[in-house]
Amino acid sequence: MSGETFFAVAGMGAKVRGVALVAKDGFSARYDLDRVRGVFSRADHKLAGESYVGRVLVLDAAKGGVATAWMLHEMRARGVIPAALVLNAVNPIMVQGAALADFTMLSGFDLDITQAIANSVMVEVDPTASRPFIRVL
Amino acid sequence: MNLTAEEQALRAGECGPAAQWAIEHQIKVGDYLGARDFVPVTQAHIMADTESLGEAGVKWLEGLARLPAHERRVRIPTITDPRGTDFAAAHRLKQQPWMLELERRAIAALEALGVLMTNTCINYQTIMAPLAGEHVAYGDTGVVIYCNSVCGARSNFEGGPSALAAALTARTPRYGYHLDERRRATLLIDVGFTPRELNEWGALGALVGRLAGDYWQVPALVGIERVPASDEIKHFGAALASYGSVALFHIAGMTPEARRLDDVLPAGANVPSHEIGAADVRAFAASYARAIDSVDVVVFSAPQLSLFEMAQVAALVEGRQARIPLLVVTSPQVKGDADRMGLTARIETAGGTVLAGMCFYQSYAREMAEANGWRRLATNSAKLVNIIGGYGYRPVLMSMPACIDAACNGGRIAP
Repeated sequence: MSGETFFAVAGMGAKVRGVALVAKDGFSARYDLDRVRGVFSRADHKLAGESYVGRVLVLDAAKGGVATAWMLHEMRARGVIPAALVLNAVNPIMVQGAALADFTMLSGFDLDITQAIANSVMVEVDPTASRPFIRVL
Repeated sequence: MNLTAEEQALRAGECGPAAQWAIEHQIKVGDYLGARDFVPVTQAHIMADTESLGEAGVKWLEGLARLPAHERRVRIPTITDPRGTDFAAAHRLKQQPWMLELERRAIAALEALGVLMTNTCINYQTIMAPLAGEHVAYGDTGVVIYCNSVCGARSNFEGGPSALAAALTARTPRYGYHLDERRRATLLIDVGFTPRELNEWGALGALVGRLAGDYWQVPALVGIERVPASDEIKHFGAALASYGSVALFHIAGMTPEARRLDDVLPAGANVPSHEIGAADVRAFAASYARAIDSVDVVVFSAPQLSLFEMAQVAALVEGRQARIPLLVVTSPQVKGDADRMGLTARIETAGGTVLAGMCFYQSYAREMAEANGWRRLATNSAKLVNIIGGYGYRPVLMSMPACIDAACNGGRIAP
């Protein structure tokens, strides 16, 4: 619903706007993405086949291994990268990768954020606010 | 974060721009994750394969490598995870010259920083296992979960940039599994089946990982009937870390911090509990075998094979011939022993290919699939089946003997 705002425990990176791509599923750059084509490639991922480029990804939890710490930086260099990542649960790798890539990320909500944000709505993500938030526009 | 005088000096650039970048990066990470201060670490382990780094990451490393020697060197023993190729066998994998060139550049940059190119994800079996209570900065999920859980060491998942930062500052933000309170069990798993084969240990790890769900969960297992061997717990931990992003587990009566279940889960503590039985493990393996009756390639990797696993493969292929590619991936340290003991020759005489210092999924797996026509892959690694689907493969999880049978039967899987 327009104007609804959800506050996160932590945030990093710059304020961005974009179209939300939402699923109750995890995120790992190595496990889930075809980083050349810019799509979710893991066959059993709920976003399989969807382009993530420029989208605000709203997902459940950081998954997988350590590669995402480098891969966000590599994806940014080629411009084939989401606008932001918004997660219920983060792991250190996502934080480390976002720190290196200067990537926008929020995590930790008092509700399931994948149920709170509808797919394809325009959202604003502001990690620079005193209380980082995602807002439906 | 509270900074000591030394840390403030690092931040001010008094030790050069590499250390300055490193501590700024660590402060960003530490602030996000609620660290109050830093903890000194004794070793770092860096994941930096070029499929992850890309051209951008290699250029970034080369920028650090161009600094004066006294400003760019790591301050603690620092080793590496597998690379993206085995230069001696790259042509057999149909890897492209640009991949090898990128690898050479990354290696040169890391060496200029003083990093020891061990190229292994089984350093706890081959290089130097950490001691209980030792704080380290390790950068491979399988390494972290094994060293936390089996050795009792203390590490978070440290991705390549953060492991390198720890190497340059000799410390890491004190959050997560550096803290006593984070190491207590958060869920209880009652296991009614003690696996026998490595793929079953991996399947059990995968199931626990799915139940755990995220990095901050610490499963405690009861019901395991015997102390697992290092290779068994290696496969269990690697799969648990892969499926659940989990960095620490306990097995009551077996792992060092859980001599008794009460040590990690006080009596009366209210945590979720689950049961896993033999049927669950069988169903997990079956879920990766639907509608596949033959494979194009057999891969033993993820984690790299120990010397004992190399001996098992050599024994299983004795007198037989692989009729599809059979890739056996180990560490450079084990490879030397396997060569000396004749294991490599026995595997390669039977048509296998022994690869060292790489890992299959870290080695341009998508490009290898396209160049070699590989789509369907058999392995005994639950971790590999979890990862490799994203690279376009259809994986099957089977025991090591069943994988060897498939390789020698032209890829056909016995019903």
